[in-house]
Amino acid sequence: MRFKAGLMAFVATAALAVGAARAADPNSVEVIHWWTSGGEAAAVKVFADAFDKAGGKWIDAAIANGDQARAAGINRIIGGNPPGMMQFNTGKQLDELVKGGYLDTLDALAKAGNWAAVLPKSIAAASMRDGHWYALPVNIHGQGWMFYSVKAFKDAGVEPPKTWADVLADAPKLKAKGIIPIAQGGQPWQEHILFDDVLAGQGGSDMFLKVYGDKKTAAAAVADPKFKAVAETFKKLKDFMDPGEAGRNWNDATAMVITGKAGMQMMGDWAKGEFSHANQTAGKDYGCVPISGGYIIGGDVFVFPKQAGASDLSAGQKLLAETMFSPAIQLAFNKVKGSIPVRTDVDTSSMDTCAQQGAALMKDPSKQLPSLNYLISPDEAGALDDVITKYFNTPDETADQFVQKFADAIKNSA
Amino acid sequence: MTPAESAAKFRARLRNQAPAALALLPAAIVVAVVYVGSMLMTARLSFSSSHMLPTFDWAGGEQYSRLFDTERFVESTQHIALFGVLFIVASLTLGFLLAVFIDQKVRFEALFRTIFLYPFSMSFIVTGLVWQWMLHPELGIEKTVRAWGFAHFTFRWIVDENLVVYTLVIAAVWQASGLVMAILLAGLRGVDAELWKATKIDAIPTWRVYWSVILPTLGPMLTTAAVLLAVSVAKLFDLVVAMTRGGPGISSEVPAKFIMDNFFGRSNVALGSAAATMLLVTVVAVVGPWVYFEHFRRKGVRA
Repeated sequence: MRFKAGLMAFVATAALAVGAARAADPNSVEVIHWWTSGGEAAAVKVFADAFDKAGGKWIDAAIANGDQARAAGINRIIGGNPPGMMQFNTGKQLDELVKGGYLDTLDALAKAGNWAAVLPKSIAAASMRDGHWYALPVNIHGQGWMFYSVKAFKDAGVEPPKTWADVLADAPKLKAKGIIPIAQGGQPWQEHILFDDVLAGQGGSDMFLKVYGDKKTAAAAVADPKFKAVAETFKKLKDFMDPGEAGRNWNDATAMVITGKAGMQMMGDWAKGEFSHANQTAGKDYGCVPISGGYIIGGDVFVFPKQAGASDLSAGQKLLAETMFSPAIQLAFNKVKGSIPVRTDVDTSSMDTCAQQGAALMKDPSKQLPSLNYLISPDEAGALDDVITKYFNTPDETADQFVQKFADAIKNSA
Repeated sequence: MTPAESAAKFRARLRNQAPAALALLPAAIVVAVVYVGSMLMTARLSFSSSHMLPTFDWAGGEQYSRLFDTERFVESTQHIALFGVLFIVASLTLGFLLAVFIDQKVRFEALFRTIFLYPFSMSFIVTGLVWQWMLHPELGIEKTVRAWGFAHFTFRWIVDENLVVYTLVIAAVWQASGLVMAILLAGLRGVDAELWKATKIDAIPTWRVYWSVILPTLGPMLTTAAVLLAVSVAKLFDLVVAMTRGGPGISSEVPAKFIMDNFFGRSNVALGSAAATMLLVTVVAVVGPWVYFEHFRRKGVRA
């Protein structure tokens, strides 16, 4: 997989060289993004088609795998040959580019489009640095979902859980019926998502924000006995997974829920793409529960790197940003992508029940939690990945040892 | 020698050597800039506080103290040491036995030789994926044997955090022992037939001849094979990514993967550089003495 991604990155880089040579047309914009899977590619095509229809020219530079796409884009920005627009995850990843002065501000567009009024506060804050807009948010992904197989729970005669206490009570009943209670992909980032779901769902939003907040509040929150209880619940979940979970991909885990082999999976709402791909309907074949107690917000933004010799955005870049942010395109794009529109003024009644649940949660600021990309650096997130996966996969590591290592990782990372 | 004579001689030497030196100059520049230059830059960055972008400030040994405080890095070095020793010893042993087997003038020799060497034509990615499937409890050997009727058979090394490193050794040995065989077989074929006749006359058992007579003459071949294997230990990365992704947990992480993750996924150039520098220092510490002795031995032979 890594090799395939590498190969695609290489091909894409070669294509970029060609693309750059063509980019003289003021209405053409070259876009680096990493939406390459079936559903994702269909979603990005909504943007591309709308832009072309509005009179622009979308030059596609898709690079599989977010890490590699960002690395390629950053290399080009530093090398003086920036793309016209480039994808990032909402959050801290773009701090250094803003600090280095590599990005154009979007202040004029934001003022004209009244972004501050239509965006949820947390998203607006994440798109700004020092009072200036630097990123165009396009969607909201929720991370704290539990997806379950309606059939599996019916067969076992169990009501789908609403809280972590329910999960721990129901899982043995599923197991007794020969159903794998929890489908999990044993990769560090997925285990981290699972941990965050327990942290926010059982520990509460407050604890979540403190643990991933600034380092002083984090130390106190981690020392709280409630944090240790979260760690214990998290570890208990391991008993309800099958031995083949080590190294499994998230979509393979989703497939186990789709076939009814497993009862539930904790994953972001991008998993919905897999369900609809298998012709399953939300509310009928599968259900979704915000197991984290709220909405852990992630999502994608686009940034506009400063172009050589230009003092402001080109006509094409402005048109592109306006097109992508318009309500109709927001709705069309997010239906395909599985996320919800970033604008709160879009009518979501035509979306599936999970998306509507999500949109309703998004209207209540007390239910909104930023995902890790907003809160901590990639360095800290990675260091915590290591600590969490080690604890989860080492039967004899105690919750106390874990709490100690977790605190150390926060202290030692940037 | 008069000054004029010596100047003429110098000019003659210059005439002879200048074209060669000129031709080698581009290569020398590439080596200096790309290899040595990158190495120095990496070492320099390991003393900075770089995150996503390289910066050249001075942070002292901060990254190194964090590095040795990082459980994942410390465990990675233990994994690579265990893997390295087992892999080299097992590949050399198995490769030697295969070479001896083929050297018995077996029927279908060419066929066996091809079969044994075939794994080496696979990349580590392919090897890793195939072995991952075979060792996976729900896809591979365990499932097959259970389907034969042994319902309680378990073989789960690859998901066992204490045993997963051994599965990496199995896959790597499977791939590399054919290469060792090919190298040693070339050596065995070079052994003089008279030697065998002499040992037959003296009625020395065959295993004894291999152990006491043949093996010592294969010294240079064994060294070559061992160095090739050692190189693949130091750069071990793709096999781990394809087979276990470092898991379960961090129980099969290796230093090269730690470096890549920090450089690219975690925007942590300085810590990645520190780990890369440690890897370089280790390789130099292991290979250095060997180069040194080799150099001196050659000189000794010549003199």
